[in-house]
Amino acid sequence: MGFVDHLPTRRELLVGSGALFAWSQMPRIARAEGRDPRLLAIVLRGALDGLGAVAPVGDPDWISLRGDRALVLDGKPPALPLDSFFALNPAMPNLHRLYRTGKAAIVHAVATPYRDRSHFDGQDVLESGMSKPGVTASGWLNRALLALESGGRVDPRGSRALGIGSVTPLVVRGAAPVMTWVPRKLLPASEDTQNRLLDLYQHTDPKLATVLQARMKLASLDGAMGTGDPMSDDPTLAPPGIARVRAYFAEAAGTAARYLAKADGPRVGAMGFVGWDTHIAEGAASGQLYNLLGALDGAFAAIESNMGEAWRETVVAVVTEFGRTARINGTQGTDHGTGTVAFLIGGALSGGRVIADWPGLKPAQLFEDRDLKPTTDLRSVLKGLLRDHLRVEEAVLADAVFPGSADVKPMGGLVA
Amino acid sequence: MSNSAKTEAVLTLHRFGMGPRPGSIAAVGTDPRGALIAELDRPLVLSAAASLPTSAKAYRTVADANARRTARAKQAQQQAKKQQMAAAPAASSDQGQAQAQTEGQAQGYSEQKDAAEMAAKQAADAIPDPGRPIYLQEAKLRTEAALAADIGFAERLVWFWSNHFCVSANRIQSMSGAYEREAVRANALGRFVDLLQAVEGHPAMLFYLDHLESMGANSTAGINRSRGLNENFAREIMELHTLGVRTGYTQDDVISFANVLTGWTLVPPGADPQHGGEFTFNPRLHEPGGQTVLGKRYEQDDAEQGRAVLRDLAAHPATATHVATKLARHFVADEPPPALVEQMAKTFRDTEGDLKQVAITMVSSDDAWRGPPSKLKRPGEWVVGMVRATGITQVDPVRFTGGQELLGEALWRPPAPKGYPDDEASWIDGVGRRLDVANYFAERITGMADPQVIIEDVFASQVAPEVKQAVGRAESRQQALALLFMSADFQRR
Repeated sequence: MGFVDHLPTRRELLVGSGALFAWSQMPRIARAEGRDPRLLAIVLRGALDGLGAVAPVGDPDWISLRGDRALVLDGKPPALPLDSFFALNPAMPNLHRLYRTGKAAIVHAVATPYRDRSHFDGQDVLESGMSKPGVTASGWLNRALLALESGGRVDPRGSRALGIGSVTPLVVRGAAPVMTWVPRKLLPASEDTQNRLLDLYQHTDPKLATVLQARMKLASLDGAMGTGDPMSDDPTLAPPGIARVRAYFAEAAGTAARYLAKADGPRVGAMGFVGWDTHIAEGAASGQLYNLLGALDGAFAAIESNMGEAWRETVVAVVTEFGRTARINGTQGTDHGTGTVAFLIGGALSGGRVIADWPGLKPAQLFEDRDLKPTTDLRSVLKGLLRDHLRVEEAVLADAVFPGSADVKPMGGLVA
Repeated sequence: MSNSAKTEAVLTLHRFGMGPRPGSIAAVGTDPRGALIAELDRPLVLSAAASLPTSAKAYRTVADANARRTARAKQAQQQAKKQQMAAAPAASSDQGQAQAQTEGQAQGYSEQKDAAEMAAKQAADAIPDPGRPIYLQEAKLRTEAALAADIGFAERLVWFWSNHFCVSANRIQSMSGAYEREAVRANALGRFVDLLQAVEGHPAMLFYLDHLESMGANSTAGINRSRGLNENFAREIMELHTLGVRTGYTQDDVISFANVLTGWTLVPPGADPQHGGEFTFNPRLHEPGGQTVLGKRYEQDDAEQGRAVLRDLAAHPATATHVATKLARHFVADEPPPALVEQMAKTFRDTEGDLKQVAITMVSSDDAWRGPPSKLKRPGEWVVGMVRATGITQVDPVRFTGGQELLGEALWRPPAPKGYPDDEASWIDGVGRRLDVANYFAERITGMADPQVIIEDVFASQVAPEVKQAVGRAESRQQALALLFMSADFQRR
């Protein structure tokens, strides 16, 4: 437990404790149908630039908006075509493959009901499922799990959810017990954190800035030369390059999949990945964002392979608190915005499409003349998944899981 | 409190204490110098240490375990060999050609030997080493004393002297923690000469500096065993602990002093279950006759001879300057103001090395406060500072010592008798590594520590506007905490 040994112990460590899985975690209604669905939520903390991940290459205003930072089909490297209008960031060949086989869908111009631009509040709304921040300390996935087990057929030992990481994501916290697993690998400070620290040092302590800069240069060299050792048991000794981020993402996601795949394991889980707050040198086509998306793509591959047979009953929802400005800012990055993308992957999906009511990119079409305008409520996507995949009742979704969302209808047809 | 008083209090905590913690700014109050001096009047004992073994007891415990390991290993080895002897004739009768037989036997023999060694190793490993748990318990107590202190000036002094008179747990793990308590902590605010006598006469130091087997060439044991002197202990006392390097002592002084110190050893742990591991003077190892050290003749014929030399070294003006320089360098600046060093050295000389008075002189001098916060905290101070800022008062010693080791300042394991260095150049390249540790720690505590609250309450908002801004704009609490802990405001003092 870090340097401290008296943090709350409400969570249990999964490692090597098979006894925790001594009863089935299968949602009851789905089980009655002979199904055994799994749902994993991945929260990208820091606000993913949806336009840098999935580019509207068919939009006539796209190039003028992003200039030479715009992902294009004839770029270097070329963006991966999704349909006649959208193209995927070239860092994500796995996602592209899943998409082409119908096992991935992308929702674009999507957002939670939150319209301000604070990370903390935005993540709170995203994960709590409320329409405002600071309302509750439980998450929508935990409440959905509780709802599944109600109705007089509650397992006396209670249902459980899986949380990955030393801090359980809010989305999975709540009355239903959570078991957690902490990745063995140390996640290095993200490139974004290093950039911010460098900026801070440049304004306050030039000597420290010089040292940090040298280290960052070493790390980037290491990444370019591929000499990093992501599998090292002692990652702290390796330079903090992207190799370590990739290793961390793959280990965390792959382990989540292994637990969810177990016949008597948990059926819902959640994890978070940090580093998406790309204010400086975003690098969508090559650089920070490209690297992170590549690591995420590797996590998808790890999930697919570790799920094994259970992959065909799996849905993974990848969500973020909000998007980023449509235009590039003064430091070759993007600032906090609104509309963004959500990735849905899994063998249970009816995918192969980008779901978007495209708002357009002309100044008047942007939200507050700066952000991609959200046209789809993320809650409708999540409600659709919970209803059609886990079989949570619609009334419960509108009332307990996403309170006050009766007007937001579940999106149908996401699950095969 | 006014803003300038708050700024002064934060500087006090960073420069002379263990860093701000909840309530510590109020503890410093409006008279930082008075508050620092007042802390020196409180007892320095670790009350919780009553449950820990003395150094001699810890040493005996480990020695006993080692003896049992050896015995078990021998037993297991013999047993394995017996079984192989019983099985061997049947194996060799199957052999055809003479050549093959020889090779087969050779191979069989080496397999037997391996099996016997394996059995021995397994038997030995079945008895765990009690040294590490003792080390960890000691580490926990010492760290928690630093976390609990209002300011931590006295604890910083203990840390300083422990590093000045370092031993290494790599050589003598069982005693490393108890050594600090018994010899250093007990004398850190007393007179230098008492501290010096306590550390140089401590078995952990004798063990660490290879002095246990040093014997005079003309001593009884030296003649019988044709062995002799080890100069190391005497040299390090003069070079590192007292006078300082190149202060006028000669190679002859080192040899004479080494002769003086022969016979300083410890009671063999196997020989005496009551006193094994304690200091003893063994006259059979001692070089007979008088010795001349730094021009003075010492005619005593027992341990008193060494104590007399130590008394004179403690009173030597070079020692006063050496100690004052190191103290000022540790607390104030890599190149401390010469006037400050001279004031402290003068106090040292005038008070016969009263270390509390030297510390008081330091914090009472404007020269100790005027300079900008140019010192880079050492890893140990910095890690304790992070934990203190969150208000946590208990640590898992495995994680904690692991973190310090990662940062290059493993607790009680300096690479050489000189101890860990105190200058920026030695540590600044490790700042990148600190970022990993800060990031990791921030992740672990993000559920219980609010960076805004730490800035406002623990630091009374006395951090640079750039830091406030960076923390406010961070993408997550974790990032905010990592940036705060990595900021120059938090690492410099």
